[in-house]
Amino acid sequence: MKTKLTALAVTTALVAPAAIAEEMTIVSWGGAYSKSQLRAYHEPYSEKTGVTIINDDSSAEAVAKLRAMDEAGNVTWDVVDVVAADAIRLCDEGLAMEIDPDTMLAAAPDGTSAADDFGDLLVSECFIPQIVYSTTFGYRTDLVGDTAPTDICAVFDTDAYPGKRSLEKRPINNMEWALLCDGVAKDDVYDVLATPEGQDKALAKLDTIKDDVIWWSAGADTPQLLADGEVIMGSTYNGRLFSVIEEQKQPVAMLWDAQVFDLDGWIIPAGLSDERKKRALDYIMFATDTQRLADQAKYISYGPARKSSAPLVGKHADMGIEMAPHMPTDPENAKNTFLYNYEFWADYRDDIDAKFQAWLAK
Amino acid sequence: MASLTPISRKPLSFVLPTTAAFGAFLGLFVGTANGSGLTGILAGAAIVAVMGILFVSVIRNEGLSKWISIVGVAMMGLFFAGLPGIILGALAGWFFHWLTYWLYEGRYRAKLLPYLTSGQVLWHYTFRTICGAIFVFLITPILVVMPLSFNAQDFFTFTPEMLRLDPAGYSLKHYQDFFTNNEWQRSFKNSLIIAPIATVISVSLGTLAAIGLSQSHVPGRRAIMAILISPMIVPLIISATGMFFFYSDIGNWLEGTLGLPKNFVGYVKVILAHAVLGIPFVIITVTATLVGFDHSLTRAAANMGASPVTTFFRVQMPLILPGVISGGLFAFITSFDEVVVVLFVGSASQKTLPWQMFTGLREQISPTILAVATILVVISVLLLATVEMLRRRSERLRGMSPT
Repeated sequence: MKTKLTALAVTTALVAPAAIAEEMTIVSWGGAYSKSQLRAYHEPYSEKTGVTIINDDSSAEAVAKLRAMDEAGNVTWDVVDVVAADAIRLCDEGLAMEIDPDTMLAAAPDGTSAADDFGDLLVSECFIPQIVYSTTFGYRTDLVGDTAPTDICAVFDTDAYPGKRSLEKRPINNMEWALLCDGVAKDDVYDVLATPEGQDKALAKLDTIKDDVIWWSAGADTPQLLADGEVIMGSTYNGRLFSVIEEQKQPVAMLWDAQVFDLDGWIIPAGLSDERKKRALDYIMFATDTQRLADQAKYISYGPARKSSAPLVGKHADMGIEMAPHMPTDPENAKNTFLYNYEFWADYRDDIDAKFQAWLAK
Repeated sequence: MASLTPISRKPLSFVLPTTAAFGAFLGLFVGTANGSGLTGILAGAAIVAVMGILFVSVIRNEGLSKWISIVGVAMMGLFFAGLPGIILGALAGWFFHWLTYWLYEGRYRAKLLPYLTSGQVLWHYTFRTICGAIFVFLITPILVVMPLSFNAQDFFTFTPEMLRLDPAGYSLKHYQDFFTNNEWQRSFKNSLIIAPIATVISVSLGTLAAIGLSQSHVPGRRAIMAILISPMIVPLIISATGMFFFYSDIGNWLEGTLGLPKNFVGYVKVILAHAVLGIPFVIITVTATLVGFDHSLTRAAANMGASPVTTFFRVQMPLILPGVISGGLFAFITSFDEVVVVLFVGSASQKTLPWQMFTGLREQISPTILAVATILVVISVLLLATVEMLRRRSERLRGMSPT
């Protein structure tokens, strides 16, 4: 009994001081991405306000967990980092708070309102965009032969580039790339994909390389597979490839062709107490201003979502290399990009997902 | 052990193919490391076969050929893998020499019964090989993690530098990361807070429950037992979902009505949830020890005027202690390894080590996880070894022979 009491006393002693200081839980993706947020946003914010920030790397389950928390009436998260598609879903379900860009977000230094500064990237009323990232391919420079691939269709060309490739285990992006390489014009891709014949066509194209594909589900898989030499090329987020190439010095290069842009940003869960809501909004105001967004690009190669941040992007904080040429939005890299269609996938996701999974299991 | 069976030399047509097969197996690894597995297989088989002929037909001196073999293969190791290759090469040389003579002289039959057929002899050694293989397959996944945790790169990959045993391929940076990274330190601290307290609660409640349930006059004790053990049987994900909603309400009440700090309530929730998971293990182990407990001892204690509490602590507890301790160990490990329930019930402030490893594996595949795994394996081995030593010591003191 005595031990138990002592143990409880110890816990109380350990817990109590933390409870007095203000504390907020910020949910993100983990890895290098969370680290970039830690250094660009969390550390300066904690220094300024004295608030302790706790990282929860649960963004991958954000929608499911927010639903459960909402049902249990116990939302423990204050600010959540999600991809735009998840933000749209959460907003539709009333699980995320609506944001008024004019009053809740900082204006650009030159006075441009936040709404104009973010522009088209404000894809949902609840969503505060943070970065533009892209899903693109990396390839092993030493395993692809003498002619390095320059074209997305190299992925489907197993004669010229024999070997395994890794693709994400979901239809999004893969179906579009398959159609592009099956002769469909870029502007028609989503029209074709809306028809059952078009979906079959995309799957038929994917079928030609199915035996050579390793399917990934976590962003870290492809870098690991590339480093192992288990695949000769694979799709993942451009920031992951940047770290493989520049930080880990692996013999890997980027294939920017037909990279698919997507957005990632913050939402604030609905139903926070007034005090917590105020703190979350204060954090958002701070962390999404022009300078902070540009700062994040010092640590990871994702493009800041504000137009006014782009000129401020400088060198990598530790390696001292110029970051602009590594941004997916850099003109040199963005010669041929593919725009992800949120509305299309919101409407067709369930159907195409079912078809894709059935095809995978075949 | 003296020889059971008179042995005789075996023909080379039997010895050479067998040793060559082992040579090919080793050649496969050397060949793969150097670019071509097939060449390795063929070269390995050929080299070992030639060595065999050389030893038994040309040199005909076991001691001399042993040294030739060790030095020769060590040189090959030097050629393929540099300095560290010498050690592996010497070991391989010794092994092939030993294998050749073991087969050639027919020594493998010496310790077996004389009337066994060739098939039975083959099975005898195959069986031992299978047992060895099972052991290897159980242990290798744990052992493989250890060298990888010293990787100088941030991937789960044996780099060419590591295979060459080049010091540049190794680094302690993942251990450094574990000891300096806030996230890892916080989760390690959380595990050290949650697991011991949950264990103490499980052991106290589980022991009391087991003692109560061992009394024959308790009504419906089988049903009570079944309910208490159910957390072990119900799939964890289902208990976790239930606990999530149950503890959310309790948490809201503790925070809202009693005004306890959020963080403290978080710990209470996770500790209680883990205690529930640990209780079945304690009940089962303590019940098992109680089967051998002589209840006339408690009656004798009562006869001499001891109160039930004194009887419990002075008479019963020391006798069932081994069961209590092993139940406590199980409860501790259950909590220390648990990831599903804490993912549901805990919030980020209660992030435990397995949770951090889980997210780490999914998000960044950082070898820090391997470093942590290595540390945990070492701690577990030390813990179990200590408990086992204490057990043997106490048995020796009580005059029982260790079993």
